[in-house]
Amino acid sequence: MRNDTDIAIVASATTPVVRHTGDTETTLLLHAITSALEPVGLTRADVDFTCAGSCDYISGATFSFVSNLDAIGAWPPKRDSHVEMDGAWALYEAWLRLHHGDIEIAVVTGSGRSSTADPSLIYPMEMDPYYLAPLGVDPVSFAALQARALIEAGKVTERQMAEVAARSRKDAVGNPSAQVTGDFDVDELLEEDYVRAPLRRHDLPPISDGACAVVLATAQRAEQLVERPAWITGLEHRSECHNPALRDLTDSPSTRLAAEAAGLRDGPVEVAELQAAFTHEEPLLREVLGLDDSVAVNPSGGALAANPIMATGLVRIAEAARQVAAGRQRTLAHATSGPCLQQNLVCILEGDS
Amino acid sequence: MSFQPTAVVGIGQTHHKSRRRDVSFPGLVREAAVRALDDAQMDWSDIDAVVLGKAPDLFEGVMKPELYLSDALGATGKPMFRVHTAGSVGGTTGIVAAHHVQAGVHKRVMAVAFEKQSEGNAQFALGSGRGASLGAGGAFAPFIRSYIHRSGAPEHIGWQVAVKDRKNALKNEYAHLKIEDISIEKVRDSPMMWEPTRYLESCPSSDGACAVIFTDEDGGRAAAGDGRPPAWVLGTAVRSEPGGFPGRDGVRPQGAIDCAWDLYGQVGITNPREQIDMAELYVPFSWYEPIWLEGHDIAPVGDGWKMVDRGETELTGSFPVNCSGGVLSTNPIGASGLLRFAEAALQVRGMAGDHQVDGVNVALAQAYGANMQYFAMWIVAKSLDPFG
Repeated sequence: MRNDTDIAIVASATTPVVRHTGDTETTLLLHAITSALEPVGLTRADVDFTCAGSCDYISGATFSFVSNLDAIGAWPPKRDSHVEMDGAWALYEAWLRLHHGDIEIAVVTGSGRSSTADPSLIYPMEMDPYYLAPLGVDPVSFAALQARALIEAGKVTERQMAEVAARSRKDAVGNPSAQVTGDFDVDELLEEDYVRAPLRRHDLPPISDGACAVVLATAQRAEQLVERPAWITGLEHRSECHNPALRDLTDSPSTRLAAEAAGLRDGPVEVAELQAAFTHEEPLLREVLGLDDSVAVNPSGGALAANPIMATGLVRIAEAARQVAAGRQRTLAHATSGPCLQQNLVCILEGDS
Repeated sequence: MSFQPTAVVGIGQTHHKSRRRDVSFPGLVREAAVRALDDAQMDWSDIDAVVLGKAPDLFEGVMKPELYLSDALGATGKPMFRVHTAGSVGGTTGIVAAHHVQAGVHKRVMAVAFEKQSEGNAQFALGSGRGASLGAGGAFAPFIRSYIHRSGAPEHIGWQVAVKDRKNALKNEYAHLKIEDISIEKVRDSPMMWEPTRYLESCPSSDGACAVIFTDEDGGRAAAGDGRPPAWVLGTAVRSEPGGFPGRDGVRPQGAIDCAWDLYGQVGITNPREQIDMAELYVPFSWYEPIWLEGHDIAPVGDGWKMVDRGETELTGSFPVNCSGGVLSTNPIGASGLLRFAEAALQVRGMAGDHQVDGVNVALAQAYGANMQYFAMWIVAKSLDPFG
């Protein structure tokens, strides 16, 4: 039995995630939202609040999210908001809003089309504009710095990283939304050249286009709508210092803080969907979160198999919720933003026992 | 946890100018944030979470600046949240920050909104750098012409709003534009920008920031007990609608009406004109004052301009609007909405200085964005039960 004020994920949908789609972000969202609502018998008219996560710089246009109101179907006008963050944080805002108790259903989205530009040119612009942006350091280079730090600290090896890639791509085979799938031999992967030492191509996420929609409901509606709601029992996010040079890159204190606040230690989790877009981030996050080998990490294939930026974190929550709907008792989702895991969100989902 | 009463106990803003070359991005946001902390008698360590708002990242060329500004705003080890709802974003920033407390998730939350427009070119950015941007003035002019056509309002109404807001700005130490010799003639004779909007009926482009600190009921009562009056957040509302489709009323958008009545309903307002004591409305071009007076049902349709004409929206009028000088005097875009919300709170706290209206118990603030598509509104009051 749940309290009236509890909030659950009752449905979700992710578009096919591909290297490039001719569809606009609005069209992607149109399909994602419809696909999330229809199976639980809801229409856009039933939705009390919407919150979207997207990024103008990735979309390549100012106010790019405004046209996405067409996908939301904001007529009659809707209670609606937008975060210039991954959809996981849009879910956080919707979760806050549902606490008020006056509304019941929220739809949260994340969407991004990275194919329209070169991420290595765009991402330096999210750095400190005075001291870091002028260096033009792209995300792959920052990730390589972190991977190097982890290798030198003895926390990860290049072989382990290749194993993460091979496992993720294999797990992704059954995932209709995945982009990079298949059987890969670790020894062969390790024979490839470095893209940015110590990172090889398999250590990097793909460049992806895609969108995700998640439906939230307050307790009574959630129990009416689905047999097994995924209850959000913990949802927390924390930031840390921006400049990677001023951080210990072999640790992720903001992930630890978020996990503690979200109540991760209150019980075991069976599945963890981690937004580890680079292979070395997975062992780091596993260690910080205290996940042992009994925990299935990224059974969807994770961000290494499909990386629709601004939706990648929300997809983790959607996947962790699907695991609960399918019978798991307690799962974890993690989302991140910024260089070298600057900002981290942890979501704990539970099913009724 | 169910809905928790929430109070504003700290407000800070920068001195706004065309170019604040004396401060960096962190310097700008900290100037507002430190003033808000001082006002709340708090330190950085007292803040549980930070919510940052600003308009398009292309304005300054810094993508997702909440990442970079985490350090400056003391957010290391804390939640740092970034909202963006077009021109209404400043209002949404205040609302989302308030929701952190209202949801019972955090006790002390800081909202910060800023724009440092001198770092870029808003007109260029609004066109996504592809040229042919109308800018906001060009985009809104057709709606203004339509309002004038429908209402039959005489052209001096726009000039009158411009003079009123600019005179109010002379009483606000933080306001950007200070035009000492402002007059109807001066506005009337200023260059035509976007028919019928003249140069002096248009908002400036400003560098500036605003910060607001929210706390729970205990915090609000403690501040009151300490002689620092809080502003209680009685209601918040947002609405969005698509920007253009056949049958959409762009002059009196349904979203503006729905947002207002959602808000009034939460607070128990049935007659906004009588029950609200003053309003800070988002008026970047002078004609938006009568447009919003009607759009939010403060004046009957066709009567908004008459309220202006009769001087009722003056600082000393029966329904003062934009006593701070409004967006017409100060426009760091992303912060302009939060400035409205903060100024309304200052009025109910009795802390608006020379632009204070006597006896404000209940104040309304509003911001809008995009093609008159996004609306964010709140009502703040001296007490939790102002009509009781």
